[in-house]
Amino acid sequence: MSRSLKKGPFVDAKLLRKVQTQKETGDRQPIKTWARACTVVPEFVNHTFEVHNGKVFHKVFVVEDMVGHKLGEFSPTRVFRGHTGKKVKGA
Amino acid sequence: MPRIAGVDIPNEKRIVISLQYILGVGPHIARQILKATGVSESVRAKDVTDDEAKRIAVELEQKYTVEGALRRLVQSNIQRLKDIGCYRGLRHRKGLPVRGQRTKTNSRTRKGKAKTVAVKKSIKAMR
Repeated sequence: MSRSLKKGPFVDAKLLRKVQTQKETGDRQPIKTWARACTVVPEFVNHTFEVHNGKVFHKVFVVEDMVGHKLGEFSPTRVFRGHTGKKVKGA
Repeated sequence: MPRIAGVDIPNEKRIVISLQYILGVGPHIARQILKATGVSESVRAKDVTDDEAKRIAVELEQKYTVEGALRRLVQSNIQRLKDIGCYRGLRHRKGLPVRGQRTKTNSRTRKGKAKTVAVKKSIKAMR
């Protein structure tokens, strides 16, 4: 079920605040975050995040097309290394 | 037989049905079109007058995305997902189900024909 429109998108308040202070200072350091459930809002565009996947932080540079997705979508939590004995085909 | 929406040549069936041979037109849109153009649903496609056919074509053109344009739209949506590198995009790239279905079994539509994998003998069988 999709989220009620009444509530608006879920945005991590702390993260949004950090983005806004970055906007003021013009600082473009990546922001480390664990807020994978946070929706990407237009304010995030052109900012870089480091999204935790439970183990490491994946660097995510937000572009316009990402608006509306969640930060977690850009930081995969599973690594598939292939099956045993499977021949590797070209990429 | 009338030609509607480029190459689509529906057949001897009722017009509601034959319109559905156009990609992007299903039962709902077919009926909407006929309602808007005032063509009876139950005339055979071959019996549709040129004037009616023209009205249907115009209606389709103006209000709906069909055939090539629709295919392109779907492709570009998928391409967008791939380009932003989100989870759904990765699944599209790998040709695996996108919406969280299981992949231990099934998923044959996305994965294609089953490739049999040699099963290792169990420890018991080796003794």
